[in-house]
Amino acid sequence: MIVETGHYALVLALALALVNSVLPIWGSLAGDRRLMAVAPPVAIMSFLLIGYSYFALTYAHVTSDFSLLNVVENSHSAKPLIYKISGVWGNHEGSMLLWVLVLALFGAAVAMFSASMPEDLRANTLAVQSWISAAFVLFILLTSNPFARLGAPPAEGNDLNPLLQDPGLAIHPPLLYLGYVGLSITYSFAAAALICGRIDAVFARFVRPWTLAAWICLTLGIAMGSYWAYYTLGWGGFWFWDPVENASLMPWLAATALLHCTSVMEKREALKIWTIFLAILAFSLSLLGTFLVRSGVLTSVHAFATDPMRGVFILLILVLFIGGSLVLFAARAGGLKQGGLFAPISREGAIVVNNLILSTCCATVFVGTLYPLALEAVTGEKISVGAPFFNLTFVPLFVPLFILMPVGQMLAWKRGDLLGVAQRLIYAFGAGLLMAAALAAIHGGPAVSFLLGGLAAYVIVGAFTDIGRRLLGAGASPAAILRRLSGLPRQALGTAFAHAGIGVTLLGLAASGWGVEKITTLRPGDTLDVGPFQLTLRDLAKREGPNYSEIFATTVIRSGGVVAAVVEPSLRSYPTRRSNRTEAGIATLSLGQVYISIGGLEPDGKVDARIFWKPLVSLIWGGALIMAFGGALSLSDMRLRVGVGRRARKPAAPQAAPAE
Amino acid sequence: MKASLRALLLLGSLALGPVTAGAVEPDEILGDATLEARARDLSAHLRCMVCQNESIDDSHAPLARDLRLLVRERLKVGDSDEAIRDYLVRRYGDFILLKPPLKAETLALWGAPLIVLIVGAAAIIANMRRRDANALAPKELSEAEAAKLKSALERDHS
Repeated sequence: MIVETGHYALVLALALALVNSVLPIWGSLAGDRRLMAVAPPVAIMSFLLIGYSYFALTYAHVTSDFSLLNVVENSHSAKPLIYKISGVWGNHEGSMLLWVLVLALFGAAVAMFSASMPEDLRANTLAVQSWISAAFVLFILLTSNPFARLGAPPAEGNDLNPLLQDPGLAIHPPLLYLGYVGLSITYSFAAAALICGRIDAVFARFVRPWTLAAWICLTLGIAMGSYWAYYTLGWGGFWFWDPVENASLMPWLAATALLHCTSVMEKREALKIWTIFLAILAFSLSLLGTFLVRSGVLTSVHAFATDPMRGVFILLILVLFIGGSLVLFAARAGGLKQGGLFAPISREGAIVVNNLILSTCCATVFVGTLYPLALEAVTGEKISVGAPFFNLTFVPLFVPLFILMPVGQMLAWKRGDLLGVAQRLIYAFGAGLLMAAALAAIHGGPAVSFLLGGLAAYVIVGAFTDIGRRLLGAGASPAAILRRLSGLPRQALGTAFAHAGIGVTLLGLAASGWGVEKITTLRPGDTLDVGPFQLTLRDLAKREGPNYSEIFATTVIRSGGVVAAVVEPSLRSYPTRRSNRTEAGIATLSLGQVYISIGGLEPDGKVDARIFWKPLVSLIWGGALIMAFGGALSLSDMRLRVGVGRRARKPAAPQAAPAE
Repeated sequence: MKASLRALLLLGSLALGPVTAGAVEPDEILGDATLEARARDLSAHLRCMVCQNESIDDSHAPLARDLRLLVRERLKVGDSDEAIRDYLVRRYGDFILLKPPLKAETLALWGAPLIVLIVGAAAIIANMRRRDANALAPKELSEAEAAKLKSALERDHS
């Protein structure tokens, strides 16, 4: 019964989305405030309905209701509770439901927290958001209904793919969706601004916090996914340039570019057209990612052709929303006046170069991901575009970006003084050289590792140089420093942390060149050296989990005779799906990690093991956490929020006068 | 495919084969460290034909193991890296190379980053020039404007 009401709630949500697609926009065109006022409550109600629908599906999963096809295919009564809950989004239908839930969540959030927004902008934003909602709820109801019942329910389910039975599944997809789908709101803002013809600093001020919130989630989501793959896959890789990863990287690159642009538009009213375009682009890339992943087109063009219903539906949505917004953009952008002049060497100029490079990176990922599909469709020829291609094209693009980062951060608005900035960055340059020299002395080659390590130090020190100068400038005493610190705009602090974060990630990536890898066969009692550590396999044993059985290898890690850690890498087998997964044993030791994964037990009591020492590897994800922290600092900036409320009313009033 | 989550699409496909610890298994490793290093480097650039997007160095599919052993056999016989790659391309086509070769069909792929960068930079420079010309440069009066100014001045004087 609950399941049916969930299904019904989803149908109701579709109806409400359709209502909200039309009335507010009609109201804004006709100048009818009552029609515009429909949007917020309906947006909130839609969220509640989709939320209920989502709850109903979760209820079916938690209670192991095997009369539901979705539950049978993806659950098992012995599955731990956490995976019954997270397993709801561990399949196509459920994950699409989560998709629209996040979409509705952002709509409801705008409805609740943007009371100070100009009325017509808000009404149109919610209307556009409802178009997207309507399209995707319809997609679920027509092609991916998670509430389908079975005539003859089986006694037991097929269990969830073992690789997904991991705490990572509980965190990674919701975060990723909050970021990915959260970008929908910047898209809706952009489309609404184009419809209203209201493309100014007010627009930038409203769109920035939402972009920032989505960007934070996307950053964390991608980092979390990378760490999950790292510890689950058992060969120590953390980024594979897989099309699915690329699908999330493209919106991230676009959102990063957009964040920088909105700050220019907000402060200087420049780059308007480009900002609007990026806002549309970022979510379009999210849609593209959804299409790539959901249509099956990635496996092969033929898989797509054999079951085209879902793929074609999403493709239609894609064409409609990207095409529609671009037509709107083309119609309106021509009439936009570029405000805020600036010299090429200025903060704005640096951000333009930042955007050029990030866009090129984004285009590279786009072409690299889609080229094999396009080539196969056109000529039938199959090629592969893998990690070597992306590494080769990305590094030359990113190095100049990293060099530019601290410089751009310190250039003045309008007209900057490059020589002065270079002089002030002297400590950052020094730190970079010192770091490179120290790394070369300690670890030696490869050269690319210590050079990138030096670059990372330059970026990190450079990120804080401006703030350091402000705090430690003339007349610095402990009390004065503290006072100055509390007076610093949090947005500037946020920028510094975010920039330092990417530097920290770079340092972690650079250090991968000094990793040690051992592939060997071990017997209990065996000891071997890995990097600075000695490993002893103490014991091999078996044990039973709730829905799996595992072999685990208790391994002691010693450093100079002292026990540093004990880990238990294991190999789990899941009988229901007759498949296995490795659970790596990982010990984090002074920012690096010892990583052990084991294979099957051999008849003579030995076990295949793959052992790594990865110096500084934890910085890769630590850097992402620092970036997200910087984003959160910036988001919490009071000026941002206060400014929104105060300035929104001012332009709203005189707007009415010349309109008559 | 549809059963696995988007971010784990790749991982989903792995669950099919029997899982061993890593990809390269201990019994495959060559005694000669230089040869083994070459083997690893070669393997990292060769695609596992039956996997989603993995090199044979990462994959534990049986076919990937066969190819790893094949690469090592050829290395032991004394083949150059080039010869081994050519041999595999003859057998499996360009599909096996994770780094696509530069040729007519892939020109647009390899050229894309450079083209986007150059076109983007050109567009920005053109845009800045036009804007500066519009906003900063003191404008010459057009003939009509000059005539109008002249007549206005004359009117004032008369």
